[in-house]
Amino acid sequence: MADTDTLGESLRRLGVTRRGFLKFCAATASMMALPPGAAAAMAAALEKARRPSVIWLSFQECTGCTESLTRSDAPSLEGLIFNAISLDYHHTLQAAAGSAAEAAREQAMKESWGKYLLVVDGSIPLANPGYSTIAGISNVEMLKETAQGAAAIVAVGTCAAFGGLPKARPNPTGAVSVSDLITDKPIINVSGCPPIGAVITGVLAQYLTFGQLPDLDAYRRPRAFYGQSIHDRCYRRPFYDKGLFAESFDDEGAKKGWCLYRLGCKGPMTYNACATLRWNQGTSWPVEAGHPCLGCSEPSFWDAGGFYKALSVPTAEVARTAGYALAAGVAIGGVAGMVGQSIKTTAATGHQKVTVDELEA
Amino acid sequence: MEFLLWVRGPAFNLALTVFVLGMTVRLLEIFLLGRRPNYAEPRGPEFGPGMKTVLNRFAVDPGVFSRAPFNVVVGYLWHIGFLACLFLFIPHIELAHGTFGLSWPGLPNPLVDALAAVTLVSLVAVLIHRNRHPVMRYLTTREDTLVWIATFLPVLTGYLAYHRAINPYPVALGLHILSVELLMVLFPFTQLTHAFTVFIARWYNGAAFGRKGVQS
Repeated sequence: MADTDTLGESLRRLGVTRRGFLKFCAATASMMALPPGAAAAMAAALEKARRPSVIWLSFQECTGCTESLTRSDAPSLEGLIFNAISLDYHHTLQAAAGSAAEAAREQAMKESWGKYLLVVDGSIPLANPGYSTIAGISNVEMLKETAQGAAAIVAVGTCAAFGGLPKARPNPTGAVSVSDLITDKPIINVSGCPPIGAVITGVLAQYLTFGQLPDLDAYRRPRAFYGQSIHDRCYRRPFYDKGLFAESFDDEGAKKGWCLYRLGCKGPMTYNACATLRWNQGTSWPVEAGHPCLGCSEPSFWDAGGFYKALSVPTAEVARTAGYALAAGVAIGGVAGMVGQSIKTTAATGHQKVTVDELEA
Repeated sequence: MEFLLWVRGPAFNLALTVFVLGMTVRLLEIFLLGRRPNYAEPRGPEFGPGMKTVLNRFAVDPGVFSRAPFNVVVGYLWHIGFLACLFLFIPHIELAHGTFGLSWPGLPNPLVDALAAVTLVSLVAVLIHRNRHPVMRYLTTREDTLVWIATFLPVLTGYLAYHRAINPYPVALGLHILSVELLMVLFPFTQLTHAFTVFIARWYNGAAFGRKGVQS
C-alpha cells in the first residue's frame, strides 16, 4: 500500500547511505541525458517524495516486458518496489491471486485515488472482450475503471503503446493501444518489444522525481530514450557511410561487422536507446550480436515489411502488381493498337486521289 | 510511420500500376501502329544498323556541341548522375533484389552522395538556363516545368533523407518514396516517356538508314 514515509526516510531506514543515494541520482540523471544540476534536484525531490502507489495491469501480452523489467539493473526492480514505488498490483509478480488480488487493486485505487501511477503492458482486445479477461473482468473494462483514478498512465511495451503484435494484420482480436481508449489522462509510451529494462525504470524514476511527464515525442515516447534513431547511434554506422555491407549472415562483411542494412536492418527508421544503453547490464544489443534491428519500438513494426528485407523494399506486392498491370496494359494497348490500325486503314481507303488536271479545273 | 507504411504499400501499388499499365499501353500503341510499308528493295539489313545507332547516338554531335555546349555538358552530367543514383545506390539495388531477385554491384555511398549533389546543382543550372535563354523560355511549356519538378524532387528528398536532414526519418524516407511515386504516375503521360521511346526512335532511324545502305 502507499506509504506515508518519504523516500528519504524509508531509504535511511533501510540503511542506504547518502553517498549511495546521490550516486543513484547521478546515474539516473545521466542516463536520461539530464543536465548535471538535475542530479542534485533529483536527490532533493526523491528525498521528499512520498512513495506513490503503482498498479500494473497486464493485458494481451507475452510477459516479455515484465521479464525485461525484472532484469533491469539500474535502478533495480527491488529498489523500485521497496525503495521508490509501492507496486500494489502486478498479477505476474504478486503472490495473491483471484479475488484477493483484485481486492488489493481496488484497495490501492481507493486509498490513492487520483494519485497512483498506472502501468499497462499488453494491448486491449475489442473484437470480443472475452478474448482476454482477469478474474472475469474484461481488459477494456479494467483499464477504463483503473485509469479513472490514475495520475498518469505508462504504456509499457509496443503492445500497450501501439497495439503491437496482437494488432498485426489481420488483427483477429481487434487489438488497440491504451491511447486508443484513454484520452483524458497523461500517457507515456515506453515502446519496444520489449523495452529496455533501464528505460522502463528510468521513466518511472523520472516521474517519481519530478512528478510530471518527461519531454515526449510525437508518439508520446520520452525523448531522453527515443530522441535518436538506432542508425544515428549505431557503432556500425561508419560502415553504412562507407558503403560496406554484410550481404549474408556468414559472409566476410558479417564477420568484419559491417552494416546490416542489406540484411533488413530497420535501424534508420527506429527510435530507441538500444545502441547507447544496450541490453543485459549493458552487455550487448541485437546489432552488436550480428542481427538487424527489427524496429520493434515503432508502431506497426510487425507489418512494416519482412524483417530480413531492406527498408527500401516496398511492402506492396510489387511483382504481382507489376504482373497484373502488365497484363492489363497488354490488353488495353492491344485494343488501342487495333483502333489505331483501323483509323489508319479507314484513312487510307477513304483517301480520295486528286489529279493535277482536277485541281487546275 | 503510418505515412511511411502507406507510401511503401498502397501508394506504391497505385503508382506502379499507373506506371506499368500506362507505359505498356503507350509502347504497344507505337509498335502496333507499325511503319509505312517500304516497297523499295533493301540494300542492307535493318536490325544491326538500328542497334548500332541506338549506341552511337550517345556520342555528342560536334555541331550540336558547338551550338549549345551548356545543354550538352550539363544535360549529360545530370542524366548520368540521376541514373547512377537510381541504379547504383545500394538501397535501390536492394529494392530490385527484394522484389524481383535481381542484383548488381553498386557504388560506395559517398560516391552516390557526390553524384546526387552534382545532379541537384546541374538540375538547378538547367532550370536557370532555361529561364534565362530567350528562345528556351519561349519554348518552355507547363509540362516542361512539371517534369523538371518531378525529376528534381526525388533527388532532393533522397539527398535530404540520406543526410537525415528531416526529422523524424520515416517522414524523410516517406517523402522521398512519395516523390518517386509522383514521377512514376507522371511518366506515361508526359515527355518522361522519352526514357523508353528515345531508344525506339534511334533504332527506327538506324534501321531506315541500314535499309538504304547508308551510314547513320
